Amino acid sequence: MSEHEQFAEDLALYALGVLKGDERGKLELHLATCAACRLELEQVRGDMALLAMSAAGPRPPRRARQRLLDAVALEARSAKTAQSAAHRSWWGWLGWAATAAVIVFALSLWRENSMLRATLASASSRAAESSRQLEELRKIAAPIIEPEAQRVTLVAARTPPQPQGKAFYLRSRNSLVFLANNMPALPPQKAYELWLIPTSGNPIPAGVFKPDAHGSASVVNPPLPAGTEAKAFAITVENEAGSAAPTTPILMMGAGE
Amino acid sequence: MAELYDRYSSVVYAVALRVLGDTGAAEDVLQEVFLQLWRNPGAFDAARGSLASWLAVVTRNRAIDSLRKRRPETDIEDVVLSVAPDLAGAAELSRAAEKVRGVMGSMAPAQRGALEMAYWEGMSHSEIAEKTGEPLGTIKTRIRAGLMALRKAFQT
Repeated sequence: MSEHEQFAEDLALYALGVLKGDERGKLELHLATCAACRLELEQVRGDMALLAMSAAGPRPPRRARQRLLDAVALEARSAKTAQSAAHRSWWGWLGWAATAAVIVFALSLWRENSMLRATLASASSRAAESSRQLEELRKIAAPIIEPEAQRVTLVAARTPPQPQGKAFYLRSRNSLVFLANNMPALPPQKAYELWLIPTSGNPIPAGVFKPDAHGSASVVNPPLPAGTEAKAFAITVENEAGSAAPTTPILMMGAGE
Repeated sequence: MAELYDRYSSVVYAVALRVLGDTGAAEDVLQEVFLQLWRNPGAFDAARGSLASWLAVVTRNRAIDSLRKRRPETDIEDVVLSVAPDLAGAAELSRAAEKVRGVMGSMAPAQRGALEMAYWEGMSHSEIAEKTGEPLGTIKTRIRAGLMALRKAFQT
């Protein structure tokens, strides 16, 4: 049984919203790095949509339509007022590196927290503290890891937007966060694959990703061999399930700054 | 928004009412789902399927949250789905509904039961196993196989 088949039943439960605890955590970690399972999750949600179609009943009451339109009109008015009254705050000013350090730290805290919970019942107060800190850090990091966050890349005037990737790697904690934007759309069944190029040896797979409609993508903590020193990171286009070794020429590459 | 409402409110309301069985609660979910779409239209990715399919899944999830009196567990932006049949128009929706009812009708009663309890009542696999007295693994398999049967019916 392949790893994907093992997760197949859990994916259905996850899509239905009933997978909890460790099972949910394990699946979410796997989904972060497995394009094939993300695709299967989308298809399971498609199956759910089909099942929904079997519902039949009376049309909504007429008053519901007016109630919605009134609410929309009210929100439109208040949004306009709020926009003119306040400036937006921009976490972006903190800079990429500082914010990424926060994310890497948050992820390592999360790991620490999971281990604590699993093995040290007596340390529950510390785990609770880690959870609290993690929650705070997640809030801080949300503007760059949440898919709906507005991403703005500033470049020299008159330069068309170029594909760009940023990898933040903390070898001592085995944590990697990768963020990309302006990535070109991919052909069907293809995905980008991130590679860690070690100081010696072959490139190591470091996650498969597909950009969203705006060309943005992220890879968070892919499974990597512990303590690997990275000389550079690179990106190739591979089949969406990912490859063990690059099969196409390197599209993007960068060494440490 | 009025145009979208006129086109899709029947689907949204029918799904919410089927889950909640209460017209007032279903109306609240209907309002919430359309308001969320208005606030965040980018949450729906048109490249992945029809708006009707997406709204149906978002509505089902919200209605289950409401039924089980819990805070919404997933953001609508996280509901990304991929569905093969074109469900853009009323005729396609009606044909799909008929086909789904046919597939459900032809399922073994135990499988249909497990899938319906999970889908329409938001019961977990553990709760279903407890209720039916069947092994947890069997329930998981039935839910997954039930969904796959639906997919297969629309692929042929």
